[in-house]
Amino acid sequence: MSNIPADLKYTPTHEWLRVEADGSLTVGITDHAQEALGDMVYVELPTVGKHYAAGKEMAVVESVKAASDVYAPVAGTVTAVNQEAADTPDSLNNEPYAAWLFRLQPDNAADVAALLDADAYAKAADE
Amino acid sequence: MVDFGGWDMPVNYGSQIEEHHAVRDDCGMFDVCHMCPVDLRGDAARTFLSRLVANDVAKLKVPGKALYSCMLNSHGGVIDDLIIYYMNETFFRIVVNAGTADKDVAWMRTRLAEWNLAAELTPRRDLAMIAVQGPNARARVWQALPETRVATEPLQPFFAAECGEYFIGRTGYTGEDGFEIMLPSAEAETVWNTLVEVGVKPCGLGARDTLRLEAGMNLYGQDMDEGVSPLDAGLAWTVALNGERDFVGREALVAKGQQHEFLGLLLLEKGVLRGHQPVHCQQGVGEITSGSFSPTLQQSIALARLPRGVAIGDEVEVEIRDKRLKAKVVKPVFARHGKATI
Repeated sequence: MSNIPADLKYTPTHEWLRVEADGSLTVGITDHAQEALGDMVYVELPTVGKHYAAGKEMAVVESVKAASDVYAPVAGTVTAVNQEAADTPDSLNNEPYAAWLFRLQPDNAADVAALLDADAYAKAADE
Repeated sequence: MVDFGGWDMPVNYGSQIEEHHAVRDDCGMFDVCHMCPVDLRGDAARTFLSRLVANDVAKLKVPGKALYSCMLNSHGGVIDDLIIYYMNETFFRIVVNAGTADKDVAWMRTRLAEWNLAAELTPRRDLAMIAVQGPNARARVWQALPETRVATEPLQPFFAAECGEYFIGRTGYTGEDGFEIMLPSAEAETVWNTLVEVGVKPCGLGARDTLRLEAGMNLYGQDMDEGVSPLDAGLAWTVALNGERDFVGREALVAKGQQHEFLGLLLLEKGVLRGHQPVHCQQGVGEITSGSFSPTLQQSIALARLPRGVAIGDEVEVEIRDKRLKAKVVKPVFARHGKATI
C-alpha cells in the first residue's frame, strides 16, 4: 500500500499539494504515481512567472518506461521550481513527498477546498 | 502487469534499472514463455526454410547452430523475425514472437501446402522458456541445473543443445552471454525458483527492452513490421541475396532496394527519446522507432528510420513535445558485454 500523508491535498491525476503559510501551493507527484511509473530519469519543470489554468500540463516526469504529464491542480502562477528534483529525478522515487516540483500561487485560494483529502485519494488511487 | 501479445507480463519486478544492471553486470532472468517454439520436421525441412526466410539456411551446417532471420511477405515486408535452430536434417526448431505466432504458423502452413513439401509444423505451447542472461548466467544455470552442464558447456555462442527434455540455446536478446532454456511447462516454476535461490534476479519486460535497445536489437512491431523492408530496418545483414536462391519477398526487395537509413541516436541534451518522435535531418524528416533511457550510458538513446544519406556522426534534431533537442547519429549498438560500445 502506498504512502498517503494525511496533511496533504490530492488530485485524481496523482499530484499532491501542500498549502504553505503564505497561501502558495507546493506540488509534487504521489508515492502511488512514482510506484506506477517506475525509475524516474527526467523531469521537465514549468517556467517561473507563467500562469496555468486548472488541469493544464505544467511539468513532465519521465521514467524509463513512460512520459507522464503533471497537471495544474488549480489555476495559478508559478512562483518557484525545484531544480534539485530535475537534477536528481530518482529523488521522486525515493522521497516523493520531499521532492516537490513547483510552487503555485492560486488565483483563488478557495479552489483548494475542492481537491481530494487523503481518504478520498486513497479510494481514487485504489480504483 | 501489461498485455504483451496476449500475455500478461510484468514490466518490472522491482526497480527496472536495477534489473537492467543485474543483467549487464551479473545475471538476470526473463520469463519468455510468450515466445513460441515451432518444430519443423520432415525430409523437406531445409528446402522449405530456404524458400521461406530471407536469411539462407545453407549457413546452418553444424547441428545445434542457430540462425536469425526475417520471414517476409511477397512485398518484402517483415511478417516476423525469428530464430531457427538446426538440430538435424529432419528437425529444425523455429522460435517466433508472441503476438505473431498464430499468423506465422498459418503463413508457414499455407506455404508448405502451396509448395507441396514433405514437412510438418508443430507449435510447442507445451514448452516454457526462461532466458538467463548476463556474464555469470552460464555458471548460475550450471549451479541450478548441474545435469545440463555436460551438454551446454561446449556450446559456442548461437548454438543450442538438447539435454533430455530441455532444449538450451546460448542465445538471447540482451547483448550479454547466457542461455535460453526451453523446458516442459510443468517444470518451469521449480526451475525458476531454483534459479532465484542461486542468485539469479527476475527481470521484467522493461529491462528486456532497455537491454535489447542498448544492444541494438530490433523489436518486431516497433522497429519493423509487415509494411517495412528488412533493408530499411537495419537488417540487411540477415538478408542473403547472393546466388539464385528464390525466397518469398526476394523480388520485391531487389526491385525496391534500400529506401531509408536505420541508425542509432544519442540525445545530447536532457530528455528521453521515444518511439514515433520526428527526427529533423538535413535530408528530410525521419522517425524514432524505439527510444528510451539507457541505464548503461545514463543518457537517452534510440533506433531511428532516417532519410537516405544521413550518416553516422551527423547532428540532427528530435522533436519532443514543443521542443527540438540535439542528437547525434551513431552506429546502432550502444552497449554489450557489460560495457558501453560508443
